[in-house]
Amino acid sequence: MKGRPRTGLAALAPFLWLGVFFLFPFLLVAKLSLSDTALAMPPYAPRVDWSAGWAGVRAFFAALDFETYARLTRDSLYIASYLSSLMFAAVATGILLVIGYPIAYGMSRFAASTRQALLMAVILPFWTSFLIRVYAWIAVLKPEGLLNTFLSQFGLPELNLLNTDTAVYIGLVYAYLPFMVLPLYAVLEKQDQSLLEAAADLGCTRTQAFWRVTFPLSLPGVGAGALLCFIPMVGEFVIPDLLGGSGTLMLGKTIWTEFFANRDWPAASAVAIAMLATLVIPIVLYQRQQTKMIEAGR
Amino acid sequence: MKRGPSAFNIASVVAGLAFLHLPIVLLVVYSFNASRLVTVWGGFSTKWYGALLRDDQLLAAIWVTLRVGLISASLATVLGTLAAVALVRSGRFKGRLLFSGMIYAPLVMPEVILGLSLLLLFVAFGLPRGFWTVTVSHATVTLCYVTVVVQARLISFDKALEEAARDLGCTPLKAFFAVTLPNIAPAVAAAWMLAFTLSLDDLVIASFTSGPGATTLPMRIYSQVRLGVSPEINAVSTLLVGLVATGVIAAYLFQNRRRGRDA
Amino acid sequence: MSTSRRPRLNIGAVRSSFAPWADPSLEPLVRFEGVTKRFGNETAVNDVSLSIYESEFFALLGPSGCGKTTLMRLLAGFETPDAGRITLAGEDLAGRSPHQRPVNMMFQSYALFPHLSVEQNIAFGLKQQGTPKGQIADRVTEMLALVRLEGLARRKPHQLSGGQRQRVALARAIAPNPKMLLLDEPLAALDKKLREETQFELIALQQRLGMTFLIVTHDQEEAMVTADRIAVMREGHIVQIGRPAEVYETPNSRYVADFIGDVNLFEGAVTAADGKRVTLATPDCPVGFEALEDDRLAVGSTAWLGVRPEKIQLHLDPPKEGPNRMAGKVADYGYLGDWTTYVVELESGRTVRAARANASRLVARPIACDDLCWLTFAPDAAVVLTR
Repeated sequence: MKGRPRTGLAALAPFLWLGVFFLFPFLLVAKLSLSDTALAMPPYAPRVDWSAGWAGVRAFFAALDFETYARLTRDSLYIASYLSSLMFAAVATGILLVIGYPIAYGMSRFAASTRQALLMAVILPFWTSFLIRVYAWIAVLKPEGLLNTFLSQFGLPELNLLNTDTAVYIGLVYAYLPFMVLPLYAVLEKQDQSLLEAAADLGCTRTQAFWRVTFPLSLPGVGAGALLCFIPMVGEFVIPDLLGGSGTLMLGKTIWTEFFANRDWPAASAVAIAMLATLVIPIVLYQRQQTKMIEAGR
Repeated sequence: MKRGPSAFNIASVVAGLAFLHLPIVLLVVYSFNASRLVTVWGGFSTKWYGALLRDDQLLAAIWVTLRVGLISASLATVLGTLAAVALVRSGRFKGRLLFSGMIYAPLVMPEVILGLSLLLLFVAFGLPRGFWTVTVSHATVTLCYVTVVVQARLISFDKALEEAARDLGCTPLKAFFAVTLPNIAPAVAAAWMLAFTLSLDDLVIASFTSGPGATTLPMRIYSQVRLGVSPEINAVSTLLVGLVATGVIAAYLFQNRRRGRDA
Repeated sequence: MSTSRRPRLNIGAVRSSFAPWADPSLEPLVRFEGVTKRFGNETAVNDVSLSIYESEFFALLGPSGCGKTTLMRLLAGFETPDAGRITLAGEDLAGRSPHQRPVNMMFQSYALFPHLSVEQNIAFGLKQQGTPKGQIADRVTEMLALVRLEGLARRKPHQLSGGQRQRVALARAIAPNPKMLLLDEPLAALDKKLREETQFELIALQQRLGMTFLIVTHDQEEAMVTADRIAVMREGHIVQIGRPAEVYETPNSRYVADFIGDVNLFEGAVTAADGKRVTLATPDCPVGFEALEDDRLAVGSTAWLGVRPEKIQLHLDPPKEGPNRMAGKVADYGYLGDWTTYVVELESGRTVRAARANASRLVARPIACDDLCWLTFAPDAAVVLTR
């Protein structure tokens, strides 16, 4: 095929682009995590002294060390925020699965024309600004907010949810629900109805058919949805920042604070690298699963 | 025997959709509230929309955001479509795994990491941060979404059509533009829209990669939100939600009509 | 009941002794009584009554959309009848959902569970019945041997060929030992050669198990080869029920004659009918038709004569006196190896198909297009149809 090398050429442009703007920057983050803070602009040292030539490069590498990482492990704040990030993401993923599955399953049971409209309704918030959707919850959750107005009308006690971990969970579940529902819906909707008939024919009640056929066959969707939510949630910034309290520890927030407030760029980088190291396995899993699904669709 | 939805099915879907939409609906409703107190209904008013027009900083931010969105989405659409073609059409090539990894990783990668790494890149090259650094950063991230959307369409596209064009004398390039591109055009358009919306929406990456004079709308909203809920933000949010919803619903209806015609 | 293990090695001869439907003292296994099923405005099954007996191999035959699959799905419980009732072993099935019915179905798409291996698929129904683990394993082994898939127990469905999948589907449906096996177009997805082999395997299997089989098919050959009795369906109705030879040789309507096998249909007016023979006048045959017919048809009424191509003789020399003689010229012919089919254009302008067995390799006078020829058939070769 003569066409091969040409499409290969076409691939080169985005490949180079991603190499420069996605892959290479990670090396910079890794490098920076080995540097020290400095009162300079940019606020880190060492920097390569190109005028000194080879000696400058050598001096640069000699000055790199793991001091920043050592500093992170000594400070219990970082470890706590690392663990609590994983905790938030894992619990929220679990809640999302429990809430998202019935929604996706319910959608898949409607007639085809209705399904299109329902899908649209689920996707619509996803197109709406993330920031605005999180902001909308502030108005609901704040002490004199809509939730409490509603509760007081029924004589129920007020809830102070804003700036608590509960608010963060609500925000995470709310913001990521479409990401959980969509992959689940995709596998459930495709499911061959004759499999359910076969299960019924072989003696399954509806509930048994669900657990023996529908659910196991939807596991790829469960995996995709869980990964699609879990990974970005670990590094979530906007939700803990706007809905969480001062005690809410999450890595995204930590990086942001180190970077913007403390101007400790090496620490921010080291936290980012630690987070990335944790997420590498789920990210690879996600990539493999996506590739597999695409191969299957071929 | 396609079983219809049970009561439980209907209840879960209705509850789910209510959960997803209610906060936005409340936000929109309270943007028309005459009272400054967000939770007390003080009558219908459009005065906060009027206030928006007099807020020069906000208008400037909107203008920046639109330009960033238009340019970065277009850039991402071109690059992302190329990447999709490469992934679908060229089978195995050297570095394919790395390439597909670079496509899928940004989809799930925490934005904080993406923003930080891009910022360090610009700092390392001594590039002044501003309009162009945000644009390039958005193009990089949204490119991957474009690829995924276009790829899905390309896979279902019958390759025989392209081969027929080749058979009738087209070069591969000509065949792509004459046959493949017109057929995947709806997906490419959808991908552009997605890229544009994502750019419009982004706070974290823009905060890292932007500089003075290039404050985007989400950055502006964020700095105000930190100070508390205000009806002006509700108003600008409503406009944004309305704009996007109109676009998405229009695209949906358009697609539905096409499908109806094809069937 | 003595019918459960009948020997049927000599299919032609011994098979004909199996006729439970002719014995009024026997209770049928399945009884459809005035069953009707509508989908919206369409009536898929219209007032169907039908009995199927224990150990019978019964075929529902008809073109797509005739209601045969719906009829089967009504029995399996996937559809509910709008009127009428269905009984199985004397028990009304109304209100029993598919999982409570002791019948199993082999789906046209096979509907193998993609997440389960071959053995897990076969064990599915047994597990559902609560069969003890050890017994399940034994039964699965037995089933694998039955369908000759011993080495493939741990494969997943996508690792199997079409024919292997078909056998897994069969084993899965048989494993729970249902009162009756329903086969929905079981061979439709196989290629011709494999289909023919599998037909005979199905017969042998049904013999060995003594199980009642109900097969739905649009392929008349499949129905003819496999079934004890065939019900020919059209637009929701059953048009004729009978043994394969009955529906082929004595179809009760032009529809059945035409649907099963090839047939030449001649329209004519009855000129005489004495309760044994009928003569017809027709422009296609100036000397008139004569056929055997017990009914005394009214003189002057319209009737049709159905004659199968293989029952028409083709002559190059004019035959002697007698009825059923037609002159024409060869318009076309198709050499099929074992047979040659000739299309002969009569003087009346219509065409007739005649088949000739290629009994010897060399033919003294080969027949070519435009050759003049004569067609004849015996009075007992034709069937008289009035509708």
